[in-house]
Amino acid sequence: MRDEQTLGDEEVRKKIREIIALHVKLDVQDLSGNQSLEDQGIDSLSLVEIIFALEETFDIAVPYNTGDPDLDRIYTSSLAVFVTAIEGFVAEQSPTI
Amino acid sequence: MRRVVITGQGAITALGHNAHQTLEGLREGICGVGELTFQDNERLSVKIGAQVKGFDPADHFNRQEVALYDPFTQFALLAGKEAVTASGIDFEGALAERAGVILGTAGGGLQTQDQSYRAVYAEGKNRVHPFTVPRLMNNAAASHLSMRHGIRGPVYSVSSACASANHAMGQAFHMIRGGSCDAVLTGGSDSMLCFGGIKAWEGLKVLSTEACRPFCATRSGMVQGEGAAVFVFEDYEHATARGADMLAEVVGFSMTSDAADIVLPAQDGAERAMRAALRDARLSPDDIDYLNAHGTGTRANDKSESAAINAVFGDHTRHLSVSSTKATHGHVMGGTGAVELLAVIMALRTGVIAPTIGFRQADPECAINLVANDAQEKPVRAALSNAFAFGGLNAVIALKRI
Repeated sequence: MRDEQTLGDEEVRKKIREIIALHVKLDVQDLSGNQSLEDQGIDSLSLVEIIFALEETFDIAVPYNTGDPDLDRIYTSSLAVFVTAIEGFVAEQSPTI
Repeated sequence: MRRVVITGQGAITALGHNAHQTLEGLREGICGVGELTFQDNERLSVKIGAQVKGFDPADHFNRQEVALYDPFTQFALLAGKEAVTASGIDFEGALAERAGVILGTAGGGLQTQDQSYRAVYAEGKNRVHPFTVPRLMNNAAASHLSMRHGIRGPVYSVSSACASANHAMGQAFHMIRGGSCDAVLTGGSDSMLCFGGIKAWEGLKVLSTEACRPFCATRSGMVQGEGAAVFVFEDYEHATARGADMLAEVVGFSMTSDAADIVLPAQDGAERAMRAALRDARLSPDDIDYLNAHGTGTRANDKSESAAINAVFGDHTRHLSVSSTKATHGHVMGGTGAVELLAVIMALRTGVIAPTIGFRQADPECAINLVANDAQEKPVRAALSNAFAFGGLNAVIALKRI
């Protein structure tokens, strides 16, 4: 099944960015890796939507509640940090993707 | 006490996506009932209902709004926007805190519950959409209306089954009359036409499988509808000062409880509610030219409501035009009193009484002056609108021409 069509790291990253872009209403290429999600207009409601979409897409569980310091950290630092964190969960929980 | 007027109306029903189309359907006696189309409908034994047709949320709301709004909220927002625009009211400044939203709903976000339960129980998924709770809560529609229009006074939802909208509008009337608000967005909204919603009702054996025929000897039960109607209720002086168009005056309201049976209606409760609404409005039975009946098309309601009308109106019963518009837009549950208030306002303003369609044969147990099948034209000075709910809750509102 999935291991037949393993996604490369590059593709996982691309997919994550696409999901975020959909919620920021920006084209993927306009997303800034240096700016935080917060600075790119993602409010807390959109953040839970993004996390849900990522969980559904990669069949992972993002283990943060709203307000967790770990979530705050990746939310308020750069987009790149957020993407890396999600990539980590994908690698840990869904190694076959 | 202050006078209360209606300065705007909006609606979305099986008859159309706005008040104008709905009124046209009511006047012409268009039947909005059709075959139910939604997932798993093949497993239903009741296959008809009055669904809102041709409605695409994406025409009205952006992606995140669609994700956040259950259909009952979407309907309320569209009807609310139409009412506010028509009224020309602006909730900016001091009015924001002197304004409220009081909205009736029986099922709240039932569609959302249905979908979420399907996902976790039937499809074996282990998570549901993060907005499940803010979508399904009964006050979602009222809250979103307050956010859209910047209304910052009393905002809440009323849930009393089929009397929800009348209870809500009665509360709005009281708040303005008593002086705690200057304007209130009020009415009701429901969208319960989904597999779980109909399945639950099938069990009670009160849904018709062919048509809604209120007060007809061959009536076979109710037909569910969906939709919303929202009105701007406003203090008369406030409306006068801003030169607003007034559609009608709300003059009385009453609520009673049968305290008898959880589903069967009692004549006494309905009777007391109509009498008390007349008293509150300082009207005598002879002043009422039109009564919009609850008229569900069930054996029990129509018989007991007819008896109650006769008891309250006596000899005037034969002059009192009565209709139930549920055969056109279906029983809109917690929104039904609001949708039906459109017919009441139309009668007061234009002298056209919306017909009770689907009527075939008089029933001696329903000895009322029914406006059957075709609209009736006659001047209407004042009118009552009945809503009676499961649980034995009765709410009657009285309106006058202005």
